[in-house]
Amino acid sequence: MENSYLIKTVDLVKVYSMGEQSIVALDKVNLTFRKGEFAGIVGPSGSGKTTFLNIIGSLDAPSEGSAEVMGEKIEKLPHRKAAELRNKHIGFIFQTFNLLPIYTVFENVEFPLLLLGFSASERKRAVMDALEWVHLADRAKSKPSQLSGGQSQRVAIARAIVKRPAIILADEPTANLDAENSHHILNIMEHLNRELETTFIFCTHDEKVIQHILRKIILIDGRVTKDEIMKNNPGRRW
Amino acid sequence: MIIPKLALRNLLGAGLKTWLNVVVLSFSFVAIIFTQGLYKGLDEQASRAMVDTECGGGQYWIESYDPFDPFSLQDAHGKLEGEMENLVESGKATPILIVQGTIYPGGRIQPVLLKGIDPEQKLLTIPSYVLKKTDYELPALIGSRMAQTSGLKVGDSVTVRWRDANGTFDAKDLQIVQVMETSVQTIDSGQAWVPLPELQKMANMENEATTVVTEKNFGPAKNFPGWTFKDLNFLLKDIHQLIKMKSIGSTIFYIILLFLAMLAIFNTQVLSIFRRRKEIGTLMALGFSRGRVIQLFTLEGALNAVLAALVGALYGIPLLGYLAAKGWALPGTAEQFGIAIGEKLFPTYSAGLVMGTTLLVLIMTTIVSLLPTRKIAKMKPTDALRGKQT
Repeated sequence: MENSYLIKTVDLVKVYSMGEQSIVALDKVNLTFRKGEFAGIVGPSGSGKTTFLNIIGSLDAPSEGSAEVMGEKIEKLPHRKAAELRNKHIGFIFQTFNLLPIYTVFENVEFPLLLLGFSASERKRAVMDALEWVHLADRAKSKPSQLSGGQSQRVAIARAIVKRPAIILADEPTANLDAENSHHILNIMEHLNRELETTFIFCTHDEKVIQHILRKIILIDGRVTKDEIMKNNPGRRW
Repeated sequence: MIIPKLALRNLLGAGLKTWLNVVVLSFSFVAIIFTQGLYKGLDEQASRAMVDTECGGGQYWIESYDPFDPFSLQDAHGKLEGEMENLVESGKATPILIVQGTIYPGGRIQPVLLKGIDPEQKLLTIPSYVLKKTDYELPALIGSRMAQTSGLKVGDSVTVRWRDANGTFDAKDLQIVQVMETSVQTIDSGQAWVPLPELQKMANMENEATTVVTEKNFGPAKNFPGWTFKDLNFLLKDIHQLIKMKSIGSTIFYIILLFLAMLAIFNTQVLSIFRRRKEIGTLMALGFSRGRVIQLFTLEGALNAVLAALVGALYGIPLLGYLAAKGWALPGTAEQFGIAIGEKLFPTYSAGLVMGTTLLVLIMTTIVSLLPTRKIAKMKPTDALRGKQT
């Protein structure tokens, strides 16, 4: 898959019915993403960023058009296959972290590996590696309630990266963080993108994130108005 | 194996809420097993007492005998001859002759069934040996209920009047030689036990009997002309039916208890699904299919029953074990129960009862847990992630 697309959307449309009204969240979006990209979908609230992320994350289905992720047509995927795709190839990072409150940091990060059927020793090694990447190995036994916002988001990153997915989808990952934590987290993600060649796609309107991304896609009212390579990071490939 | 592990972890992680459900459900477990064990014990105890004191291994009845028709008694007697006589002489059976009479205690008229029994018999636990006393004209053994209703006590003498085989009325004084304490009302109320040879002479029914009680484990029963064999199923039928009816009545109590426990679990499940929508969304984002989320939540609910069984076992085994060993002292009003109960009732718990109850509660809990999870099947992952109800 080195030279092919990981994600490709063709005339992607998403319409939400609100009673008698219909709201067009995505209007003929055509985008492609290759391995190792560090891209951001930028736009104001209600522009369709999260909808796009949900569709390519196989959490939602398009109304029209096509979204192909890792060779799978999202519009044709049954629920079980969609879950399998997410399980094997996609990691999610959410604005509100979405950690499971009764599990420890270790258990939260371990969770995706349990679904993938890793052995206990493999899980332990992979979880500790992931926690090392996000500098939280010493908090493995803590509960999410004992962590700060920045730490929680780092746990969420470790959970997303632990299974070494091809794609990580991050929906406003810095929205609940202060500037210092935001930069710290973005540095970690940049590092992981470089080291593991994981494709990162962000949804954001946060300037701090925009400063780190290598490709900026501007989405307004469900339409791609601009798709540009950010030249302020010339050392980064995409 | 991941779902059971996660379900257990989630359930235990819910803390007090889980333990409240578990404790309530464990009460249902123990209450169901206790009440059912009590009725089973009651059935066994009553049956055993009936077998020991009245039924033996079954009874031969003279064909015209109908215990529910007092008018049949006049003709309900037959000769002990041939093989039947051999059976009695071999000690494998003991004859009982029943004659209707009247006693006049304290100037009152009271009907009485005079029951002749061999004072030497050892098949029944009735203390018939006291009737061997020859210094009395007609020694009689009565039960405590009969003593109470007639006002008779040991040493009292009372006139008894009866009609013999020829229809002639006669009278005699009988002397109370013992008042026996028995839990079996059917050998007590309205009856006086007298020596069989005496009663045969009095009624002009030499070598005759109304019933012949066989020894325990008697069988297979032979057919004797004029006699019908009544096995234990027949003789204990009323007891079994009565206990079954009382047992059904008691189920209302534990159905209510079980209903409350199920309601608590249902409520917890509904709340849990409502509160944990975001978690459900996260699970789906991490790769759980809807089916697996439903399995997880259903199993979480069903595990309440497993934990309840364990908690119930923790206090139920010592408690019920103690009651089974030491018995449950019954209040005085238990006499009104209508069946043979001793001063103490010993509950009986079988493996079938415990397993059946566990299975029943487990199935009901699983169904109750499954019902609210249907919402998950309709939940969109994107809505769930936002904590929104679909």
